[in-house]
Amino acid sequence: MKTSDLAGLAAQNFRESVLRSSLTTAGITVGVASLVAMLSLGIGLQRLADRRLERSGLFDTVVVFSPVRFAGLGRRRLGPAPHKSPPLDESARQTMARLPGVAEVYPDIRVPVLLRLGSRQRLTLVSGTPPSARSSDAFKGMLGSFFSAASPGEIILQTDLARELSSHPAALLGRQITLSYAERQTLPASAPAGKIAPNSENSNLSAGFSVIRRDKTLRIVGIVKREPSAGFSRFARDGALIPLALAESLNAPEPSSLTDALQNHPAQATYARLIVRVRSPQAIQTAESKIKAMGFRTFSLLDTTRNIRRFFAVLDLFLGIFGSLALIVASLGIVNTLVMAILERRREIGIMKALGASDSDVRRLFFAEAAVMGAVGGAFGTALGWAIGRLINAGANLYLRRQHFPPEVIWRLPWWLVVGAIGFSILVSLAAGIYPASRAAQLDPVQTLRYE
Amino acid sequence: MPQAAISDGAAIQASNVSRYYRMGQDVVRALDGVSLEIRRGEFLAVLGSSGSGKSTLLNIMAGLDRPTSGRMLVLGRDLTALTSEGLAHYRRVTVGMVFQAFNLIGRMTVAENVELPMRFAAVERSERQARVLNALERVGLKARARHRPAELSGGEQQRVALARALVNRPAILLADEPTGNLDSRTAAEILALLHTVNQSLATTVVMVTHEEALARRYAERNLHLADGKLTAAEAR
Repeated sequence: MKTSDLAGLAAQNFRESVLRSSLTTAGITVGVASLVAMLSLGIGLQRLADRRLERSGLFDTVVVFSPVRFAGLGRRRLGPAPHKSPPLDESARQTMARLPGVAEVYPDIRVPVLLRLGSRQRLTLVSGTPPSARSSDAFKGMLGSFFSAASPGEIILQTDLARELSSHPAALLGRQITLSYAERQTLPASAPAGKIAPNSENSNLSAGFSVIRRDKTLRIVGIVKREPSAGFSRFARDGALIPLALAESLNAPEPSSLTDALQNHPAQATYARLIVRVRSPQAIQTAESKIKAMGFRTFSLLDTTRNIRRFFAVLDLFLGIFGSLALIVASLGIVNTLVMAILERRREIGIMKALGASDSDVRRLFFAEAAVMGAVGGAFGTALGWAIGRLINAGANLYLRRQHFPPEVIWRLPWWLVVGAIGFSILVSLAAGIYPASRAAQLDPVQTLRYE
Repeated sequence: MPQAAISDGAAIQASNVSRYYRMGQDVVRALDGVSLEIRRGEFLAVLGSSGSGKSTLLNIMAGLDRPTSGRMLVLGRDLTALTSEGLAHYRRVTVGMVFQAFNLIGRMTVAENVELPMRFAAVERSERQARVLNALERVGLKARARHRPAELSGGEQQRVALARALVNRPAILLADEPTGNLDSRTAAEILALLHTVNQSLATTVVMVTHEEALARRYAERNLHLADGKLTAAEAR
């Protein structure tokens, strides 16, 4: 028998016993709806957490440290010994930037500065902020705006610093502020007379650097509560942010400048730390292992990300199991309906066999009827699950609004869940149809057609 | 298994066919060593009282039942050697059946009932409609195609059952008490129809009945069964 004929007969049988079939299908609908609602809630929460993690900048970032280690200072660190590591320089930065999944690599620059605004002044740290930080959650709801271009003379203050500089922080926007910092100037290989004694012991010193105070006037364009977490030690609320290109152009000495000078290669400047930002948290593991293979020490919150993902996987599993329970119970309804159908249609099955239907035709017909119930129940159940999810979302957002939180999408129904739920419903229905279908196929036509 | 024993002109040949049923400790011999031969295009009536084994014989000929022993050859094919799927194919293609109780499916229309064997035979949908109408026209019920069986008289229902039995153009038509539920006038009409089918389509007709008068009128040959054994054979 052709599949189209099989489907036609199954649909006809469904229509003929519409009340019983509908009640059975309603059971499946409720089961699928519960499965869809629970899983879509789990997926929604996971996506919400993923989105938060991605925007936080904590989970898509690997910090790469300079291999320098001071003997006897601090505890022994894991990772390769400094003498086995390449320098953390521009060449290493370029290599890391070419790694798969890496979005950008930039130096973690923090410069001690003196900020002066009128009569008020304050010592603080300014951080170089890459343009990509614009999408960070830290800048949502900020006063003013993010930097207008890659390297303008602009500065963003953190809230506590702004309060120290003015009792009306908002009034600071647009005002000029003076930033005093120490600029590093590399000394030539042959140092001026009197600065370095040209004796035999130090004649092989190739260079050093001097430090000169510089002033720069910047315009305050924004005030933020916290610093975007491009690194892991930046949780202070009284610093300031400047564009990364500007921070690099300040040429301020870093801890690595001293070690570079001591290690006799100041011309080959190295970075104290590089921030490697990957395109998605999933790419962290690969990027981090490749950077480690290059010989650098790294740090990321990969394990934390893993744990969070594991938690959601377990949550989804449990939600799926609980959701499926209702569907499994509903499948018993299918067994009952089909067994009743066999009892009612004994003679009809015998007639079909007498007219040439094979055992497999009869078996397939009952499977098709189970599948029709599964498909109809699955489709309606998915729609109902979607509606329940929307209600949960609306209710949650109503609550969030009352608590003065921004609305969130905590419920998601991806297309694969729609297809999967209907498919699972059909699969469960087919499984429920195994016993009735086999029983119907085994009916003896002579017995069923015996004239009463 | 050799099949050379069958005559060239035989549609059906039963060789020592027996069918026993176990009823608790007892064994019921529904058929007991029946041997017969039915020619192609013959109209044969099997007569006998209730419980004589005539329906059992017909069910074995139809491939609905299997003999306990013996061989049933139909158009040269040994039914006892066929698998369950093979027997289903045989019922789809080679035989058509008409029952005493009509056995139409009540929730289907007349046309759908007649179309049903073609669904199992995977006949193209485009071809079915014409064949349904042709079969109904043959039994004079073309105008009733959209009716439900319950809206028809007994005679009309049996004619629909006949149209259904013929729609796959079988070589053999098996009728189990086709007039058992009909009044004498309608019974005569149905038998006349069976006779027409036998004559016009050269279909071999095997009819089980206990109405000797009608059997003598239409059948070319009558076989008598009693207690599962052939007791007599008479030609018209």
